Amino acid sequence: MHMADALIAPAVAGTMYAASAFAAGYSIKKIKEEDEFKKIPTMGVMGAFIFATQMLNFTIPGTGSSGHLCGGMLASALLGPFAGFLTMIGVLLVQCLLFADGGLLALGCNIWNMAFYGCFVGALLIWKPMMKNGASRAKIIAASVLGSVITLQMGAFSVSLETLLSGITELPFSVFVATMQPIHLAIGFVEGLITAAVLIFVQEARPEMLWGVAEESKSAKLSKGWTLGVIAVIAAFFGGVVSHFASAFPDGLEWSMEKVAGTTELEAAGSAYDTAANIQDATSLLPDYAFASGNGGTSFSGIVGALVVVIVVVGVSMLIRTNRKRAQK
Amino acid sequence: MSKIQNNLREVKKLNELQQREGILNGLHPVVKLVTTILYILVLVSFPKYQVVPCFVMCIYLILLFSLGDLSIRDGIRRMKLILPLVCVVGIFNPFFDHTPITRVGGYVLTGGMLSMLSLMMKGIYAVLASYLLIATTSIEDICYALRWFHVPKILVTVILLIDRYFFILGEEAGRMMDAYKLRAPKQNGIHYKAWGPLVGQWLLRSMDRAEMVYESMSLRGFQGEFRYGKRRHFRWRDFVYLMAWVMVFWLLRFTNILEWIG
Repeated sequence: MHMADALIAPAVAGTMYAASAFAAGYSIKKIKEEDEFKKIPTMGVMGAFIFATQMLNFTIPGTGSSGHLCGGMLASALLGPFAGFLTMIGVLLVQCLLFADGGLLALGCNIWNMAFYGCFVGALLIWKPMMKNGASRAKIIAASVLGSVITLQMGAFSVSLETLLSGITELPFSVFVATMQPIHLAIGFVEGLITAAVLIFVQEARPEMLWGVAEESKSAKLSKGWTLGVIAVIAAFFGGVVSHFASAFPDGLEWSMEKVAGTTELEAAGSAYDTAANIQDATSLLPDYAFASGNGGTSFSGIVGALVVVIVVVGVSMLIRTNRKRAQK
Repeated sequence: MSKIQNNLREVKKLNELQQREGILNGLHPVVKLVTTILYILVLVSFPKYQVVPCFVMCIYLILLFSLGDLSIRDGIRRMKLILPLVCVVGIFNPFFDHTPITRVGGYVLTGGMLSMLSLMMKGIYAVLASYLLIATTSIEDICYALRWFHVPKILVTVILLIDRYFFILGEEAGRMMDAYKLRAPKQNGIHYKAWGPLVGQWLLRSMDRAEMVYESMSLRGFQGEFRYGKRRHFRWRDFVYLMAWVMVFWLLRFTNILEWIG
């Protein structure tokens, strides 16, 4: 779900940076208020742990394939939403720098799509209310699956929305959403199950490590049937929503293919084509290689200029490399 | 070789590149960070049909990859994570946008084709620009630059700690997976019955480690403040580097320099 720099417009990137910075500022304020400086090394080690865990493959039963952990829900269930959010920011930045997973400009979007929903929505609106009367295996499974599925769905929807607002893709919004949501439904489900497995182990070994769980943990009860019910409702709800969108997908594609097949439409595109052809005639040096007018180099002279600049730079670079090799000898 | 070992090797390689002595490595981290962000900002701000000026933005990469003696192949290899989404988003543009923009040798190039091309270029260039930054600037220096911009010290400390402990925990994960594979051969990943115990045990060990880290840091006087690399002063070459690139980006983005040259 990591967004690349190429997929966003500067205005969208700036807005998402501002939103993420606001959430980060609020989280820092809360940590300072609670005087939780002790948490800083834990956040660092936990971030490194999540980062390393993301590289493990988990076998998905009955499929032969494997999934991996994203970690937002896990971080907030152990550190709380505020420390968890800051930890995830660190993970996303290091991921972006070391492995090019995401981009520097898209970092604000990625923080919002993956860390904000996972930590704030997942922890404050799902995990905390479900754990307020104590934790149990069934509750942990329900909260982890529900949290992961919902927050990943929100994140995937945000990716589609940010791409749409950036005006990058010509893909209709409904088709893009219909592609993104089902993929992330499956990812969220697997993420939820892995998170639940780890948190159940922690609850059995050291229950005090779980965030937001009330003391009367032992009295907490949530039947297996209830848990399966929650999971079934999630699956049915998202299955319904997704299938509604998905039904639009082949239609959209068929429509586009039909359009592509009708090649004569390119010849008869009307005024835009005529305008482009007129400008092309007016500016072209070589008739079949002329470009329509535009800013900075979409004309023939622009292309020649571009080639000159690139060739000069390539030449200078080759000189630098040759000189270095000579110096090394 | 496992994914963890591959990633650790990649990080080791980056660390080696960062430690080298060179023109780019010696520049002030603030200047390098600002230039990289400016470059990406200008790059993505080109209108979707403006393929030519967008293409010319490669001069920044060509020149700096040469100056920094970096391998473009290594940079391109980093595309593997981000390219699929860029492709999915861009590949449909030709099907939906039929606006004729130009004609090359009798073929009509539509807006969709050009926007797909510019999207791919932007995707590749942005990744290469980030690689250029991280291959010549350590995370410590980037943290120093972030502090220079008054990014809160809690956040910067967490980033620094993640970077430092990733290697330790990554190696631990690698050993753990090797041991697991020896006990459970021919498995595509961790069996679901081991999800909790295997990762959970490791998590508890990591949390104990965090406790020890905190105690050690407290004994050394840690009170929320951390040292972020050595203090550096701006030099003339830093200003020249920044101003030169600002000028180039401005010329390419806001003037018709290419047409004048052509």
